[in-house]
Order: sequence, then C-alpha cells, then structure tokens
Amino acid sequence: MASSDFFNISTFAYIMAMFAYLAYLAFRKNGVGYVATGITALGFVSQTIAIFVRWHESYLQWMRFSPESSLLLGISRSAPLRNLYESLVFFIWSMIIIYLVVEYVYKNRSLGAFVTPVAGLALAFIEMSGMSKDISPLVPALQSNWLIAHVLISFFGYGAFGVSFATANMHLIITTSDRKAPSHIFWALTFGFFLSALLAMAWKIGISPDMSNASVIWIVILAGLLLAGLALLFDEGLKKVLSYFSLSPDMLDDITYKSIAIGFPLLSLGIITGAIWADSAWGTYWSWDPKETWSLITWFVYALYLHSRFMRGWRGRKTAILSLIGFISVIFTYLGVNLLLSGLHSYGAG
Amino acid sequence: MNQKKSQSPIDRIWNLFASVTLAIILIAALAITSIVGTVIEQNAGYAKNIEVISRLLPDAIAPSAAPVVYRVLEAMGFMDMYHSWWFIALLAMFSLNLLVCSVDRLPRILKLVTDPMIPLKENVLRNLGVKRDLAVKARHEDVRDVVAATLKSAGFRPQVSKEEDGSVQIFGHKGAYSRLAVYVVHGSILLIFVGAIIGLIFGFKGGLNLPEGSSSDVVYQFGSGKEIPLGFSVKCEWYETQYYGSSFQPKLFRSQLVVLEDGQEVEGTRKWIRVNDPLVYKGVTFYQSSYGPVPNPTDGQFVFEVQYPGSGKEPATLWLRMNQPYRIPGTDIDATVLDFSPALTNDRATGKLITFDSSMLSPAARVRFTRDGQEVVRTGWIWERWPDETKANLPGGVSLIFKHYWGKQYTGLQVRKDPGVWLVYLGCTLMSLALFVAFFVSHRKIWIRVGPDRESVPLLLGATAHRNKHSFEKDVDRLVKQITSRFEGGA
Repeated sequence: MASSDFFNISTFAYIMAMFAYLAYLAFRKNGVGYVATGITALGFVSQTIAIFVRWHESYLQWMRFSPESSLLLGISRSAPLRNLYESLVFFIWSMIIIYLVVEYVYKNRSLGAFVTPVAGLALAFIEMSGMSKDISPLVPALQSNWLIAHVLISFFGYGAFGVSFATANMHLIITTSDRKAPSHIFWALTFGFFLSALLAMAWKIGISPDMSNASVIWIVILAGLLLAGLALLFDEGLKKVLSYFSLSPDMLDDITYKSIAIGFPLLSLGIITGAIWADSAWGTYWSWDPKETWSLITWFVYALYLHSRFMRGWRGRKTAILSLIGFISVIFTYLGVNLLLSGLHSYGAG
Repeated sequence: MNQKKSQSPIDRIWNLFASVTLAIILIAALAITSIVGTVIEQNAGYAKNIEVISRLLPDAIAPSAAPVVYRVLEAMGFMDMYHSWWFIALLAMFSLNLLVCSVDRLPRILKLVTDPMIPLKENVLRNLGVKRDLAVKARHEDVRDVVAATLKSAGFRPQVSKEEDGSVQIFGHKGAYSRLAVYVVHGSILLIFVGAIIGLIFGFKGGLNLPEGSSSDVVYQFGSGKEIPLGFSVKCEWYETQYYGSSFQPKLFRSQLVVLEDGQEVEGTRKWIRVNDPLVYKGVTFYQSSYGPVPNPTDGQFVFEVQYPGSGKEPATLWLRMNQPYRIPGTDIDATVLDFSPALTNDRATGKLITFDSSMLSPAARVRFTRDGQEVVRTGWIWERWPDETKANLPGGVSLIFKHYWGKQYTGLQVRKDPGVWLVYLGCTLMSLALFVAFFVSHRKIWIRVGPDRESVPLLLGATAHRNKHSFEKDVDRLVKQITSRFEGGA
C-alpha cells in the first residue's frame, strides 16, 4: 500500500471517531468510549505508518541523488517535514498524540469530539485542496540537522497551544451567561474569525491561489462577523452541547495552563533552534524577518499570559482571552506569515 | 498614597521599573509595534511599500492616500523600525524592567529558598494545601524510622524534631532551587541582549564576491559598503552548483575556500563550504550565500577529464584555454575549445542548439579534435551535466568529459565576525534549561507528625508545593502508600 492509502484510512478513522465520541457523550456508555478511543488510535497508527512510508519513499529518492550519503544522513535529510503538506500532516499527527495523552491523563473523553473532527477535516481538506504532495528533494538551505529538531519542537508546541485554544474557548462559552458581556462577544468573535481565517486560507491555498491578500482579509472579516453572529445566536445550543461534556471551568482553566506550560518552553526552544540554524546557514541568528518576528510576538503573548496569571493572579476569563489571542498568533506565525507576508521559510510554497 | 509621597524620586523610578504593570505594558507595546514591522517590508524602499500600503487601503482612496500614509509611517521610523530609536528605547526599557524587577524580588525569593524549615504547630499543619490523616499499627520507633527513610529516599532530606507529647515531627523539602528558575530565564534574556550588543559593537557583517582563482584581504560591510580588512586573505579555488538529477532544482551550492597568510596557504583551512556548513578562521566566519557569473573571465580555463576505459590507466585532467590547441595525453590528438554556452539546449521547435539562459544551468563547450591539423572526429558540443551521453569518443578508445569552466563564476560569501555570539548561545541554553525547571519542578515541602505509641500510631501529614499541586498530591499519596505498605504485612 502507498502512503496515500494509509492517509485515507486515518482521515476516515478520525471522522468515524468523531461520531463515536459524540455517541459516547450522548449515551455515556464506557464501551462506546473505548470504541471511540480505539478508532482514534487506529487512525493514529495508520497515519504514523503513512508518515514512515513517505519517509521511506523520500529516503530512496535522496539516496538515488546522493548515493554517497550514510544511512543516518539519508534518514535525516529525507524526514517528511519539508513543505506545507508535510508540515500540516505532522501538525495533525502531533495534535492527535497530545490529545491521546490528555485523554489518558485526565480520563476524560469529552475533548475527543472536538479534536478528531478537526484532524479528520484537516486531512480531508489537504486531500481536496490539491496542494502539492510531491516528494521534492531538499533545497540546500533546508539541508541541516537542525531541520528535524526545529520542526519537531515547534509543532509539538503548536499542538499544545491548540489544546489550550480549545479549552480556553470552552471555558469562555460555559462561564458567560450574559449575552452582552464583553467576554461573551469576544469568544464569539474569536470563534468566528478563527474559523473564517482557516476557511479563507484553505480557499487561497486550494481553490484560488491568485486571490489578492486584500480580498482574503475582507473575506476573513465578513465571514468572521457572520460566524460570530451565528455563534451568538445559537449559544444556548452550544452551551447545552458543552454541558454534556462534564467539564468544570476550573478543570478547563487548569488544562489551558498546563498546555501553555508545555507549549511555552517548546516555543522558546523552537525559536532558539531556528536562530541557531539561521546562524549556521546565513551567519545571522536574528534578522527580524516576518516568521521570526511573529514567533516572537506569539512568545510575548504567552509571556503576558504567564505573568498575568502568576504575578497578577488572573484566572478564568481574562487569561482565557489571552490564550485565545496567543493561538491566533500561533496560526498567523504558522500559516499567515507564509500566505500573507513574505519570509525566508519554505512552507508557504505549497 | 502617603507612602508614595514620602518616596524619593529614585525610589519612585525603581518601583516603576520593578512593577509588573510596566512589564505587561512594555511586552504588549513590543508585540503590537512588531506586527507593523512585519506588514511593512523593512528596508524595501518606496515602490515596494507604496504597493503594500495601497493593497491594504480601499481602492478608491489608495492612489492619493498611500503616499501620505507612507510619509507618516516613514517619519515615525516604520520603514526600518527594528532599528528606530523608539524601538531600541522600548527594548532598553524592557531590559531595565527585567533587571530591576528581578533584583527587586530576588532577596525575598532567596530567603524562601535558603530559610531552614521548622516544625509546625498542629493547627498550622492541618491548614496546609495537602493533608492526610492516618494511623498504622506498629511501634512508634519503627514508624518514625520508616517515615524518615521514605522521605530520604524520595529526596526530601528529612530533619527530625521531638515534641512534648512524645510525638516527633519529620520534615523536609526539595526543589527549592526551582523558585530561582524564573530569574535565570530573565537573566538569560539579558545575557542574549548583552551578546547581541557586543556583536554589534565589536563585530561586523559583510559580503564578498570572489571569482574562482582570486583572493581578497578585505570584505565589504553590509549597508555602508565600507571596506573591512581581514588581517589575512581568503581565496576561492572552486565554485559549483549541483542539481537534482536532470532537473534545475539545486541540490548543492559549494565553494572550496582556503586561507592565505603572507601569500602562503594556512594548513587545515582548505574547506568545501556549503549552505549550513561555513568556514571559520580567527573568529571570522565565511558562509556560502550566493553565486553569479564573471562576465569576461581573463584567466578562464576549461577543465576536462580524459578517460582510458579498458586500459587500466587512471583518468587525466586537462586544463584548456579558449582557442588554444592542447595535446591530449596518451594520444597524438590536439583538442581546441571553440565556443562555450552557459545553458545550452536543443530548441524543440527548430531543432537548433540555443543558449536559453545566462546563468550556468547547463554549461557546454564546443571542442575540435585534430591530428596534424586534420579533424579526426566531428567537432561538437560536450555538456558538463550529461557526461555519458555527450562525451567525445576518440580513436584509440579514449574519451573526453567536460567537467567545469573554471574562472567563469564567482562565489558570494557572507562574512561575519561576532565575538558576542557565544553569550547569545549561553543565554539560549540557560533559558531552555531554566524554562523547563520553572514549569516542571516545584519547591515541595512536607511535614509528617508521628504520634506517640498507643494502640496504633497516628500520622498527620501536611505538605505544600509552590507549583503543580495536583501532581504533587499524587506523589504524596504514593509516599503514604509506601509508608503504610511497610506495616500492613507485619502488623
């Protein structure tokens, strides 16, 4: 079987897992819960196999062009972390593994109904968008041992921040009852803009790459407002759904903090490994290019979160809002910079 | 308010810079202004940024408003904002804030770290974050020893204190140093800044284009173009681009460099540099950065390899100049290079050979072979990238492969001297370690009061952790289990 077959299995498995998790929430039967976890694990194993099959394919390609390479060099130079497609696949993979760990540690399957559809839909989106899945050999700048360390660390960080985004958003939804409360409007707007930004980026990558950035921004604003409005209109429904999840605000706050406590050191290490790499490739560890700068902005936002929490004792809504801003910044660092701004990184090439 | 009035101006400034509020404002200001700097392309010039600004404005007003917006932003320094006075001032205030607030808090934290632990009164013990109340059936002394041994093996370094009613309190702590980790993170940020400043003052960043075969003892500073003497010479022996298979996708850019002192090659400095693998000599680093053609090389030479298949003879290397016949070793044939193309291909439409690019994408040399002035094989092109298909097969089983047009290209080097970079790396390492300690290690204290000998020995446990309380509670439960399991079997 080719790597694409395994990817298809995992896409299918993640979407089936979503239904299983929803069924688990509705019926609260342990058996259903085990099935949901089992399907997710199956999808994860299949995706892992797919990644390794692809790795092997690119290893063979690398060795064809550079037969003098040692086994280790060939393996490290062919790691499937080279373009937007491969990085998205890895992002989904790390999100699932972090989720499975959270499920195991907290013995709570509620988040599964959130995470698995994101993973399944993201894989399906990659499939439909028709972004290049070619195994292209590494350009000279990426031929560095720092590539694997830098990308692995950064994406585990992104995955951890993704979890904090989900829990912070749920925290805001279940703790605000007054429809006019600023935090209520805030989560609806974040939710709306986040979704519309993802959709607009998907549209730009997949359907019309020639679309101008100004129209992307306008689409994001309009669709964001629309989705925010919908979220506000149907907030009772959302709240009802979340009430099935047996999640307490304190627990959500705790998971948000713990994810950031994992994400922040990883983000720092990601920035540091990136700087060391840039130094060995170009002789400058910091050049204020948009990717570097946005990673620093993200770092600042989470530093604000930590200081307001520890030094100011902020809890609950205020810190939840900061963690939402943080993740929007993460998404911009990862995708926005490449799609909307220029930079040194290769991921935007699609 | 009264207290504030009595403060001296120095106290007031100190308190301002020690405040978390200022830190939050500064971090937010740095983050927000940095965003602008990623939208406006830095140092990109008027035309580029007018385009950027126009795209962000509604079409109707863009033509008239864009230049105005540009002028305003330019006056505010946004066109090179990371080097503008106000951004540097923000960074300086941020550093001062970091320094002052760390120094301000450090004595209190040090006290927490170094203060010896004391036994607690029972009512205090019962009010701690984590508490457990239990009893074991065993002798008081045995329980005491087991508790002490368990705490010791868990790394708490227990102390024992006797109380009046015949009970003892065993207590200890670990991970106290983790309270300092945050300040190590702050310090490491300052260290990185210090390293960056040292690099700016005592180092340089420059560029150098070196044609193959030439050397230079100066480099040119970025921005100013100022000549910077190296104190030695660097020579480029060879530059080449390699491609993946038959594609035009570059696989490797590399240059062979060598350092010369007083015209003599310095031993151990000859190195093939490539992207991600520079040459370092006397604190100066040479990075592979770009390449390009030399328009009219004065000393260009065509490098060929002569192969003698089947004869067991080693291949020979030939260096030829344009239009000068040269005897191919081991034969009585002369080779003459007549023409060169940097990128030669067969035009599909006309079937004619054409040069499709000015850069060296597919170099080829046209060579004539003569014996006593008579052509021996057809005069033709030999491609560097297609040796097997295009080599010249000569009488006597000898073949000729085109390897390189030496002297036709220059290598573009980025040259850097940064005596502060090790401080930056030290700061980065410290920060990584300290962040993990700050988040995942906590200062844990535990007190266990072992009651006097009766039917069973009561144990009262109290504990605190300054971070990650949940996981600490699990650790405490494990300790309790370890202690009780020692007695269940024997009791």
